[in-house]
Amino acid sequence: MVDILMPSTRTPGNLRQLTIYLRRDKLALCAAFFLLLLIVCVVFGPLLVGEAAGKLGLRQRNLAPFSLEQGFIYILGADTLGRPILARLIVGAQNTLGIAAAAVFFSMFVGGMLGLVAGYSERWYSHVILRLADVVMSFPSLLLALIVLYTLGPSMTNLVIVLAITRMPIFIRTARAEVLELRERMFVSAALAMGASSGRILFRHIAPLVLPTLVTIAAIDFATVILAESSLSFLGLGIQPPDFTWGAMVANGRGYLASAWWIAFWPGLAILLTTLSLNILASWARTVADPLQRWRLQSLRKAPR
Amino acid sequence: MMLGYIGRRTYHSAISVIGLLTLVFFLTRLTGDPSALYLPLDSSLEAREAFARLNGLDQPIHVQFLDYLQNLLSLDFGQSLRQNRSAIEVALEAFPATLKLAFVAITLSTTLAVIFGALAAARPGSLFDRAVSLISLAGASTPDFWIAIVGILVFAVGFGMLPTSGTGTALHWIMPIVVLMLRPFGLLVQVVRGTMISVLASPYIKTARAKGMKRRRIIFGHALRNSLLPVITVAGDLTTGLINGAVVVETIFGWPGIGKLMIDSIIQRDFAVVQSTILVTAIAIFIVNIAIDLLYVALDPRIRY
Amino acid sequence: MTGANTPILQIDDLTVDFLSEGDPVRAVDGVSFHVCPGETLVILGESGSGKSVSTGTVMGLIDCPPGDIVSGSLIFDGTDLSNLDEEGRRGLNGRRIAMIFQDPLAYLNPVYTVGRQIAEVFESHDAGAEGPVRDKVIQLMQRVGIPEPETRIDYYPHQFSGGQRQRVMIAMAIALKPDILIADEPTTALDVSVQAQILELLGDLQRETGMALIMITHDLEVAAVMADRIIVMNGGKVVESGKAEEVFTNPDHAYTRRLMAAVPHGSSGRRHPRPAVEGETLLQVENLSKHYMLNAGLFSPKIEFKAVDDVSFVLRRGETLGIVGESGSGKSSIARMLLRLNDPTSGRALFAGDNIFQLEGKALNGFRRRVQMVFQDPFGSMNPRMNVRAIISEPLVIHRDILPRARWNDRVVELLELVGLKAEHADRHPHQFSGGQRQRIAIARALASDPELIVCDEAVSALDVSIQMQVIELLSELRQRLGLSYLFITHDLPIVRAFADRVLVMQNGRVVEENETEALFASPRHPYTQALLSAVPKPKWTVVEPADSVI
Repeated sequence: MVDILMPSTRTPGNLRQLTIYLRRDKLALCAAFFLLLLIVCVVFGPLLVGEAAGKLGLRQRNLAPFSLEQGFIYILGADTLGRPILARLIVGAQNTLGIAAAAVFFSMFVGGMLGLVAGYSERWYSHVILRLADVVMSFPSLLLALIVLYTLGPSMTNLVIVLAITRMPIFIRTARAEVLELRERMFVSAALAMGASSGRILFRHIAPLVLPTLVTIAAIDFATVILAESSLSFLGLGIQPPDFTWGAMVANGRGYLASAWWIAFWPGLAILLTTLSLNILASWARTVADPLQRWRLQSLRKAPR
Repeated sequence: MMLGYIGRRTYHSAISVIGLLTLVFFLTRLTGDPSALYLPLDSSLEAREAFARLNGLDQPIHVQFLDYLQNLLSLDFGQSLRQNRSAIEVALEAFPATLKLAFVAITLSTTLAVIFGALAAARPGSLFDRAVSLISLAGASTPDFWIAIVGILVFAVGFGMLPTSGTGTALHWIMPIVVLMLRPFGLLVQVVRGTMISVLASPYIKTARAKGMKRRRIIFGHALRNSLLPVITVAGDLTTGLINGAVVVETIFGWPGIGKLMIDSIIQRDFAVVQSTILVTAIAIFIVNIAIDLLYVALDPRIRY
Repeated sequence: MTGANTPILQIDDLTVDFLSEGDPVRAVDGVSFHVCPGETLVILGESGSGKSVSTGTVMGLIDCPPGDIVSGSLIFDGTDLSNLDEEGRRGLNGRRIAMIFQDPLAYLNPVYTVGRQIAEVFESHDAGAEGPVRDKVIQLMQRVGIPEPETRIDYYPHQFSGGQRQRVMIAMAIALKPDILIADEPTTALDVSVQAQILELLGDLQRETGMALIMITHDLEVAAVMADRIIVMNGGKVVESGKAEEVFTNPDHAYTRRLMAAVPHGSSGRRHPRPAVEGETLLQVENLSKHYMLNAGLFSPKIEFKAVDDVSFVLRRGETLGIVGESGSGKSSIARMLLRLNDPTSGRALFAGDNIFQLEGKALNGFRRRVQMVFQDPFGSMNPRMNVRAIISEPLVIHRDILPRARWNDRVVELLELVGLKAEHADRHPHQFSGGQRQRIAIARALASDPELIVCDEAVSALDVSIQMQVIELLSELRQRLGLSYLFITHDLPIVRAFADRVLVMQNGRVVEENETEALFASPRHPYTQALLSAVPKPKWTVVEPADSVI
């Protein structure tokens, strides 16, 4: 029955193949373009519009969107101090994505390491790691983050650490589960029988196989962390002025809903589009990775009759 | 065995909760002296000392902690500084409001997610499937604080159909519930759809087809029942996460629940209430987890504790 | 041999593709065959030969897309199966054509009782009205040989043994007395003795109901014992077909000849009798035991499970000792303990005079150099991320004193050539090789540290028949050239007969018989050994069946 269940034996390996699959899913293609644009904005944007984002303009205070009179930079309107929202979105993107990326990377690295140890060793520290992961996991992360940030004071570093810690259990658990499975695999037994040391088995044999899973989770987690950071910033415990993220921009606009809805609306939309694009791409990647689903993205040429 | 299992779970959870309370105890004490908030700025040194002595704040921190633990054993959870009454009373009073909100949101979103996810998985790639997928991805990607604000903007400020905040009529429930449901619904639809698709490709479904069973009975009799286990796991995690949403939603809609209480207490340095809120939340989450484990046993005959 | 001469199922020129990026992959290519009522047709082929796909098409189990039926007609009792709508297909499946599969645990829904799953057959075809379904299910379970069906009807699949689960599948399949039963590798996952019982049950049921049986297998012995007619498939094509006896005794096609030649025939005995080995004692195992504590159930106390129970044996230098037993007999536990992968509960094992279980540090490392292992699944025993060079040189990396680093490359090439591979294979990854080649790589790795003893745990069991013998030949050639000793663990009697000098038979953790190979096969003493040997099936055409001889 195996040959019935595995219709496609070819795995998509190379970049060219992936681009072809991406072109077949219009939604995923749009998402990829949006994220690409965002990355370009993050890298070059602040150089171009960084000055405009901080420029106060009395005449532009609460300027409504969709007017080109003041120049293209004011297309999305201006905030209560007359700063162009488009420019602020671009500058805010750098902080928003930067914090999320740092938190996810930190979380993946430390969580992955702890998970490797917890999965391979059965000493007391493995139990401690798991119990700590349980504590963090079994309690609403936002509450925990609120308490910690309120105590330590909101700063960029603290924010990254808190976000990383709240997301860490998932990496610890996944890495541990993978190790538990991998260490029963025969190539580990084979290495043991050859006399390989624990370090060699863990880092040469097991870790390279755990890494792809962790990277996948990190990619999916990125969207979650953006949302978490935005919530914290919205509640006023994110990074503090003059720095800002999209979440903080929504919070600033909240007081002017009735008079200038656009101040809170655009940054929230930016968050939504970014996380949505990430999730769409993740969903597309799942389809590509699943041998049972992949054919949906392939150009199926039937044999001539 | 079952009782022994619950006993073990209780023991582990108790350790987790005590660990958490310890952490929070020391963290909250770091935030600063509450007397600064509760007494007039010009109050005398004597008055401050008297306030500190009355609330046990003059003791060294480790003594305070030991006192706290001792009181915990006799079910004394301390006094609320802000309301001048038993802290646990304050927490328990706010709890039902959140519980109602969370219960309705998770029940509704799980039910809807199972229905939509199963129907989408039955015809993968169809228009219905693509629409459901996009909606669920959007639901999982939406920042809750932002959609709450947009909701207020459109339905309360714009059309005047729904109240902006508070409790009372049925109309007050609509926006908080919908905002709270979005994320669990979005995530659960994807879980249901994904597991259903892989279950539908599993060997025992082939057996059912070879038996000549009706398609509807295969999907809802065989496939759905087997897909429920991962769905319940995720639904359980989301219930914990729902408290995160509750913090935001309750703050925005002025819903007098545990999330709002938590934020207010942290900001007001009302330590005893923070601790009690955490205790109540942790116990509620513990009960949810036990219920999920019991549900597992009911659904899968292979699982025995 | 056939009951009636009008075919109940006639398949002509069936071609099935699987669509994927670019050109479709052809799974079945112009296959034609038929089966008559009361007849057994065996479709013989190795994995990937397209045998399961062709019968999957008959049942409508191939999802299109990605499957694509390019051409062919499938006529079942006058109906063209390829034109059936969903409802018409449903009417046939389970009622007139039924199917059983290789792995009954996976093919039974884990969350429903077996009784309910059998009853579903009646309910799906509205056959429940004629009488209480439950009684019918109990009768069926009784018929397929499940003890105490009245109580076990409410058990879940995981509470049955592998053989019983297959019986449940069979009960489900024959519930409505179908015209055709398709059995897809029904005994592959089962032990030899259970396999014989299941095959016997299928034969009995066929005689009772007169159904046609299509049996898919890769196992020549199963084919021989069941088949009236055989078709042999390779690469999606039928390469040979005919009466079973003719195909077996006088194969036409080159592929079939190769397949047949690979079987170490039970009757022909071993090919190269070797003189008895008179070397010094290399390994002496004394009273080795391994016990596990098991949780028995709700309130009962833990029970002790004796995986290995007081096992003693001696292996001389240059000798090959076979350990034979069915799954769960404890043979693999012995291998893992001797390699210090698991700890024993009690007992000693002296390797060249030193107790293996007390070795530590340097001495243990030295021991690991001298004893190597070849595992059942060569793919699983190699890290998929490493290339062949890294895999074979791993023992050299771990034991730095074997060779200076500069010479590792040459050594890898030397080892590859020793096992019949080429130097350029060193830069490839395991998934780029066939099963037999992978096992050669595993053997090359085992040889890298110049071991004295190689423990082979089911080393050829995962390979296709035609490959098994080649690997065995390689192992025996190496035995001559390098003076190796083998501990050869297997469940496969013909293989052990072809390769081992002495054989140890194990059952439930104990050694029940030990003898020189030929003596053991000629006159087994212990009842279990006798049962094992008689479980090796006899070809159908050698068994005289009075009912059939009339035609």
